[in-house]
Amino acid sequence: MKYTPFLETPASFYEEVGFMSGLEIHQQLLTKKKLFCRCPAGIYSRKWDAEILRHMRPTLSELGEYDGTALMEFKTRKEIIYHINKETVCTYEFDDTPPFEINEEALDIAAGMALLLNLNMVSELHISRKQYLDGSIPTGFQRTTILGVDGWIPYGDGKIRIRQLGLEEDACREISDEGHVRTYITDRLGMPLIETVTYPDMKRPHDVAAVAEILRRLARATGRVRTGPGAAREDVNVSVRGGTRCEIKGVSSIKRIPALVHNEAFRQVALLEIRDELSRRGITPERFSSSETDLTEKLGKTKYLPIFQAVEQGKRVIGVVLRGFDGLLRHSTGPGRSFFQEFSDRVRVVACLDMLPNAVTTDLPDGNLSPESWKAARNALGAGSSDAVVIVWGSREDAATAASEIALRARDATKGVPNETRQAMHDGTTGFERVLPGPDRMYPDTDLPPKALADERVDRARAWIPEAPWARAGRYREMGVPAEIAGKLAISPYSKVFDVVQARSAADPGFAARIFAERFPYLKRHKLDTSALGEDLLVKLFSMVRKKAIHKDAVMKVIIRCLCGCGGTAEDFVKELNLHPASEGEIEAALAGARDEATGVRFQSPAAERRYLMGRIMSVLRGRVDGADLAMRIAGGSQT
Amino acid sequence: MTDTYKGYRDPALATLKNFGVRVWSDVEVESTRGSFIGIILPRSETADASHVVLKLRNGYNVGLRHDTITAMREAGYKEAHYKIPEKQFPFDPGKPKVKLLGTGGTIASRLDYRTGAVIPAFSPGELYGSVPELADVCNLETEKLYGVFSENMAPEQWIGTAKAIGREIEKGVDGIVIGHGTDTMAHTAAILSFMVQDSPVPIVMVGSQRSSDRPSSDAAMNLIHAAFTAGYSDIAEVMICMFGPTSDQYGLLHRGTRVRKMHSSYRSTFRTISDIPIAMVDRKKVTPLRQDYKRRRKDRNVKIDTAFEEKVSIVYYYPNMSPDIIDALVDNGYRGIVIAGTGLGHVNKPLYPALARAHKKGVAMCMAVQTIWGFAQMYVYETGREIMELGVFPASNMLTEVAYVKLGWTLGHTRDLAEVERIMLTPINGEITEREPHNGYLVLQGGIPEVEAFIKSYRK
Repeated sequence: MKYTPFLETPASFYEEVGFMSGLEIHQQLLTKKKLFCRCPAGIYSRKWDAEILRHMRPTLSELGEYDGTALMEFKTRKEIIYHINKETVCTYEFDDTPPFEINEEALDIAAGMALLLNLNMVSELHISRKQYLDGSIPTGFQRTTILGVDGWIPYGDGKIRIRQLGLEEDACREISDEGHVRTYITDRLGMPLIETVTYPDMKRPHDVAAVAEILRRLARATGRVRTGPGAAREDVNVSVRGGTRCEIKGVSSIKRIPALVHNEAFRQVALLEIRDELSRRGITPERFSSSETDLTEKLGKTKYLPIFQAVEQGKRVIGVVLRGFDGLLRHSTGPGRSFFQEFSDRVRVVACLDMLPNAVTTDLPDGNLSPESWKAARNALGAGSSDAVVIVWGSREDAATAASEIALRARDATKGVPNETRQAMHDGTTGFERVLPGPDRMYPDTDLPPKALADERVDRARAWIPEAPWARAGRYREMGVPAEIAGKLAISPYSKVFDVVQARSAADPGFAARIFAERFPYLKRHKLDTSALGEDLLVKLFSMVRKKAIHKDAVMKVIIRCLCGCGGTAEDFVKELNLHPASEGEIEAALAGARDEATGVRFQSPAAERRYLMGRIMSVLRGRVDGADLAMRIAGGSQT
Repeated sequence: MTDTYKGYRDPALATLKNFGVRVWSDVEVESTRGSFIGIILPRSETADASHVVLKLRNGYNVGLRHDTITAMREAGYKEAHYKIPEKQFPFDPGKPKVKLLGTGGTIASRLDYRTGAVIPAFSPGELYGSVPELADVCNLETEKLYGVFSENMAPEQWIGTAKAIGREIEKGVDGIVIGHGTDTMAHTAAILSFMVQDSPVPIVMVGSQRSSDRPSSDAAMNLIHAAFTAGYSDIAEVMICMFGPTSDQYGLLHRGTRVRKMHSSYRSTFRTISDIPIAMVDRKKVTPLRQDYKRRRKDRNVKIDTAFEEKVSIVYYYPNMSPDIIDALVDNGYRGIVIAGTGLGHVNKPLYPALARAHKKGVAMCMAVQTIWGFAQMYVYETGREIMELGVFPASNMLTEVAYVKLGWTLGHTRDLAEVERIMLTPINGEITEREPHNGYLVLQGGIPEVEAFIKSYRK
């Protein structure tokens, strides 16, 4: 299948390939303290005054299994460095003190969110440890607990099902990851956050973004979550028919989601095509074959600089032959991407060979080894014309890890799409981050006892949670706001001020809703702070419209004037901008003037003439006349 | 209670029975809070009796209150066996033979469903399964002596361990590692220093501050360090081998009579007091910090002396202590008392008659200091001299806990008070030092600019 960019891809594509996507939204809660210790929450600083070094080892799950991710991370042999700031971190975060009891404030907020998401709530919380061996948490696991399962939110004509809501501690921020050393700063570590996980109910890329937006707004509507950079983060799960789920991490903005999941879907389709081609060639998981050979001596004299330098530094060069893979490694997997990228990614992440290029292949032989060198490598590996060869280089241990990773990835290709956690890249594609962890990484936290999620807490939450956006949208529709605007306003941060202003001014709901749902975001995009307006001014303005003291068009003029200048009342601005409705005489005079100007002009149609007249009059009377009324007058006039 | 309902009590137990489900049932549950699907897990015996624990498909555990449950249906049954993969520990004739004696603790552990806490697990196969690097260090044999948390270690276990060490030395091992909970590891290290004298091989005590069921555990590294020390070092003493810094960098080998657990949870909790450790150890080498240690020998001679009098106590003095505390011990037949006194070794005057009475009844009393660091020097103030007059002798710079086990061991040999004092004050293996070097007391004060600069420049 040929790659097409998101915007040029018909919607039918996603149905054809069986696209499915789900979300995991992480949202920090607005608490004074962290989740399991008494450190202040929300204070970020890159400054540090102590450093700690740790390694992570895989451990067994409760049911006695090792987790695949854990084993992969162990292979990387990373040294993890933590930067510690005494103002933001105590001995709990760096795992030298057991946890304190869970933060009650965070639990209250999470209980409220569980209600908003219509979840089946548990009656007793059990703290679990979710293993993360990348070092992002010094304990090697994240303390997390489930408040509820199987909820829903309305979307379009149907529902998006919510798999679960968890309350958990945030992880470290990575500062650098070079070779075998990864450095983290610990300030964000331990901050309370909720994780909302949806079922894979989104069938088209734009649905994913829309649902992400609804869930983000829903959380914000509580007024008890953090905002700002990094306070809300999305992971997106994508799969296509016949493939397996991949998780995309680090999606920095919702706007980027559609193109990202589109590209990921395409990548997975391409991997399935590769699997099918391998199967046609008779290469199945059982019949897969590869072998590796040390090529350090054979390629010692190559002119290709990365390998030349590696050999000079005493490193090893290893070739891996993938039987029957010829040509497949250049198969396109996305914009500017080939299947070979998947191998290079694995080598970078697992073997820590992060100086690119870190591998070369016979499938993409240009610009690296000479034809003679390739021939020598093929001969040394006993590679035939139907085979592909990949060459890697690095220290003895790293090169060995890299070579075995290449064989593992190639074997995975016979099965299709490997379960992976992938990183969102700036170009809209994704790159391998780690093997996707499964339920085997869960382990009960033996440091804390279970905690009842009692009815009293749920009732307390019910009392403070905001009206759900879908209930709000329904209420707006009943008020007579058009459905589309009602939907927009319901998830808008301006819905609260709309409610107040509309009630106090008895404004036309449809008109006021349009101003708040569409014009206010426009002002915000232009960096105008609408909170400076104040409710009183808005109430006055809408009241004046209702009493026909000003025309509807005058409202935005006053608002913009108010935001761009110093203080004043609505009446002051109306006066200053001369926005009082035009008198009959003024309108007639303007109409007459415009008709004079139009005399002698030849219009292509009567409509063109009406447009011309409208433009002329509006240039003098905008905001002071009703557009529809004026159109009637012009139409009436030209008929005579 | 049978295993069918592991840990459940009424009313949750009645709910399980009512719906005909049991522990490890894969169930569909209907409740007033909605429906849930998962496997019923055993209930911790210390948790309340009202909730049923379910492991959901996503791996999370949740509790459902018995009175919210309206229906449960068993759809399957899946019993879990938490098991460390056991692998045959490989034998390499070129590597030293190390014996690991287990007493308990979290050096190797697994989950206990009944308590929800971790319990020790132990076999060479399990250890090799979880710390395969051990095979690069030595040929390992293990023997589980006890399976107790360290607070339950007592003279019976100390004696048993000492005798086991004697047997192993006779059999010709190159070194001994003792797995032990950390809370009383120093007590055991001290008593073994007295019960096992002139060992020809290293005796290394090891444990972990973070249990081995977590990725950041110090267990594996401590075990590797301990095995390396036992197999290769030439230090033939009883030592504690635990993290030096909290970072995964190196371990310290502390003399068994001079070491103390100094933090309730830090990895770097063990510190040599009023002196410096014997050596540093990493995966590849032991770096001695001093030379006055006993060397490894080829012979198999060791003195095992397990005499012990259990009627010994520590009295931690506090202001306004009343004499009935001492009287009560005497009246209950105690033969020895270690007083942890204030400052250089003091208690208040109201205690004097009780001390005199105790002395008259033949109770051996010595004075250690609750300041942890420093000597009991009872000539400096009149109070000290008065207390000595009453029959309390200063225990020099013996740590309080060390003085306690040594007094028990001494009283196991003699009741003659002069002889007791003589044995107590004759150092056997560093429990009393002649001098305290300036770097034997280093509790850096955080916040001070030069200390902060230093801390930033090295890994904690």
